[in-house]
Amino acid sequence: MGELKLMKGNEALAEAAIRAGVDGYFGYPITPQSEVIEYLMAEKPFERTGMVVLQAESEVASINMLYGGGGTGKKVMTSSSSPGISLMQEGLSYLAGAEIPCVVANVVRGGPGLGDIQPAQSDYFQSVKGGGHGDYRLLVLAPSSVQEMSDFVPLAFDLAFKYRTPALIVSDGLIGQMMEKVELFDQIPRLTDEEVIKRHPWATNGKPKGGERRILTSLDLDPHKLERHNWHLQEKYKTIEENEVRFEMLHCEDAEYIIVAYGSSARIAQKSIQLAREKGIKVGLLRPITLWPFPKKPIDELTKKGVKGFLSVEMSAGQMIEDVKLVVEGRTKVEHFGRYGGVIHSPEQVLEALEQKLIGG
Amino acid sequence: MTEEIIIAGFGGQGVLSMGKILAYSGIMQDQEVSWLPSYGPEMRGGTANVAVIVSDERISSPTLTAFDTAIILNQQSMDKFEHSVKPGGVLLYDPNGIIHHPTRKDITIYEVQGAKLAAEMGNTKIFNMVVLGAYLKVKPIVKLENVIRGLKKSLPERYHKLIPLNEDAITMGMNNVNKL
Amino acid sequence: MSEITLQDIIKPENLVYKKTSLMTDKALSYCPGCGHGTTHRLIMEVIEELGQENETIGVAPVGCSVLAYEFMNVDMQEAAHGRAPALATAIKRLWPNKVVFTYQGDGDLAAIGTAETIHACNRGERIVMVFINNGIYGMTGGQMAPTTLPGMKTATSPYGRDIATMGNPLKMTELVATLPGTYYVTRQSVQTPAAVRKARKAIKKAFQNQLDGKPGVSFIEVVSNCNSGWKMEPVQSNTWMEENMFPFYQLGDLKVDGKLIDK
Ligand SMILES: Cc1ncc(C[n+]2csc(CCOP(=O)(O)OP(=O)(O)O)c2C)c(N)n1
Ligand code: SF4
Ligand SMILES: [Mg+2]
Repeated sequence: MGELKLMKGNEALAEAAIRAGVDGYFGYPITPQSEVIEYLMAEKPFERTGMVVLQAESEVASINMLYGGGGTGKKVMTSSSSPGISLMQEGLSYLAGAEIPCVVANVVRGGPGLGDIQPAQSDYFQSVKGGGHGDYRLLVLAPSSVQEMSDFVPLAFDLAFKYRTPALIVSDGLIGQMMEKVELFDQIPRLTDEEVIKRHPWATNGKPKGGERRILTSLDLDPHKLERHNWHLQEKYKTIEENEVRFEMLHCEDAEYIIVAYGSSARIAQKSIQLAREKGIKVGLLRPITLWPFPKKPIDELTKKGVKGFLSVEMSAGQMIEDVKLVVEGRTKVEHFGRYGGVIHSPEQVLEALEQKLIGG
Repeated sequence: MTEEIIIAGFGGQGVLSMGKILAYSGIMQDQEVSWLPSYGPEMRGGTANVAVIVSDERISSPTLTAFDTAIILNQQSMDKFEHSVKPGGVLLYDPNGIIHHPTRKDITIYEVQGAKLAAEMGNTKIFNMVVLGAYLKVKPIVKLENVIRGLKKSLPERYHKLIPLNEDAITMGMNNVNKL
Repeated sequence: MSEITLQDIIKPENLVYKKTSLMTDKALSYCPGCGHGTTHRLIMEVIEELGQENETIGVAPVGCSVLAYEFMNVDMQEAAHGRAPALATAIKRLWPNKVVFTYQGDGDLAAIGTAETIHACNRGERIVMVFINNGIYGMTGGQMAPTTLPGMKTATSPYGRDIATMGNPLKMTELVATLPGTYYVTRQSVQTPAAVRKARKAIKKAFQNQLDGKPGVSFIEVVSNCNSGWKMEPVQSNTWMEENMFPFYQLGDLKVDGKLIDK
């Protein structure tokens, strides 16, 4: 068993970055995730593993440091919260276009604009529909516990490198600030320079002797060539959709109603389900772990099985519900419930919404 | 066993660290724990509170509106949280600075003179440990030895010499909690 | 002896100080002892004195003074982090006869907003920029700023700012003074009554420049304290500032009427 610790989600993410063998972290302070860079600076990972930690002058700089660093085949990471992630959208589009692996963590807070610093899930569209320009997707993982804040870091890197694409870890202020028990995984050694060169022949770390130079770019002025590049990207996204969907189902076997919720909302919903079952209402939880690719299949199967309705519970005005509806296609009821702007719904409010919107209505 | 607790008072009273020690103690005896603080600008000198859950099972919602126990250390928190104790639950408070005492009849109310006892022991900083002791007397959810182990885990090495003092404070709290 | 009532005291002839009506009655959100509040007041006093209450548009930053619009009783816009000079540029270009100013911290003006700062200054926008340099990110809980002194401990430089890996403190004011687009560049402080009087004069000069249509930015740095971020008592923080910040960030004018001052 790994080392057991009581940690904040933000700290677990930072510790996991060190242990995952990350080569470089580049970030800019923003509440509610400043603990990530604070933890890294205090832990001196440059002494532990040789990992570089740099406070950038802005999130625009951070994401472009990931472009440069990721382009050399090294493991690079940043984290921020909503306003900072918005600033990174341009960079993410370039990273996706140039197929550069990296991990970006968003500890979401209330918006739009400067919003507030309380937990929210209102960056769903931005995360899964491509907040930047062009036809691209990001791999999006949504941890719902401090444990997953740790576990998803190496997972995100594995996926990012497997598909040469940026991966996003989307949590929120609640998971970032909450402390829970974490079992830390053992140190994964950083790759040596030789290993990086061998594993990632696409990376720009010096033209191989007698070999071809590598170019990392998202530009192609020939529309036909650019279309071909886009086809290649779409093929890749299709493979990801086929292979990388992750989700969790709780109490769905006998469920008449299903709550679809991710991250903190999924935790809150678990309590609602407990309360509902105490009242004899059969409710289950479908928790998307990958927000993209979205778990379409289990929703389709539950629909076919004849569940009486889905409640999409999100701390937003209703974003993920659109993806649920795309699968259900009108075959059964789909409703949304959630508080937002930094307000967290209570388990009781979720239950009430379930009773009013699905059972009563 | 699942115990859902809210600890609330002023920033600087050691509310958050008391919750942290409790959570660490839970880990020491293989339980699941969660610790969710109020965060943000309200922490500057204002009120601070933390929801702690200690359970034998996987913890569902870390944010709650009803608690098994409320530990209340100032008037604002009394106003805010007296009514969030579940019927049959426990409210433990330090009467120091409380003007409107709790009035509920469907819960059990305890008091501990935490501030006074800590002052008598010559160190106001151990106030939160006195209160923790009082709580553990009422609800012995974690063993004292695990609290000490939790303390060791959560305190930086240079403070370990203070552990015996903390232990005394916990005992002091245990011996001085009154049911009202 | 008849009793003295409040009414006996509150008379025009006894008035020695009056809060400018351009500061709202909202309690300031700043930590007691912080220099932000004093600087707010000075700007508003100057605008009142110059009779520009209805002609002024201010731009607030992201930082502890993010709520400046709550306290400054003139038209205000709240910018995204670092972008205030861009907003101010457009406001002034579209309303050339209005008085436009930005109010920004060191993180806002000298880190994330460096590009906007440099380019507004280089274009010679006819605006006033007030720059509160407290050497730290106060708002977010005391992380390292571009202006943090070497060796200074912050939440992201817990062992002290290491120049080799974290870079040197950025003297933004010296930098913008070299740009042809700045007309008046000065560095002030507000920790003593004498310093406050000087700073007030400088702020007035800056706004007067704008009213007179002088070409270029009037840029006022106020070296300030952040007692919370520095983890000090207010008085101690002022002493620390005098002993450590002032030798590095030397007070005084750097550029007057478009001409660099020889030092
Ligand atoms: C895009 C973006 N990144 C980060 C933040 C978080 N943030 C808010 S204020 C601040 C720094 C403020 O420091 P400074 O400008 O020095 O002002 P002070 O609080 O010290 O007066 C940061 C990083 C943000 N609001 N938006
Ligand atoms: S944190 Fe620092 S800059 Fe912000 S109000 Fe307090 S003293 Fe002033
Ligand atoms: Mg600052």
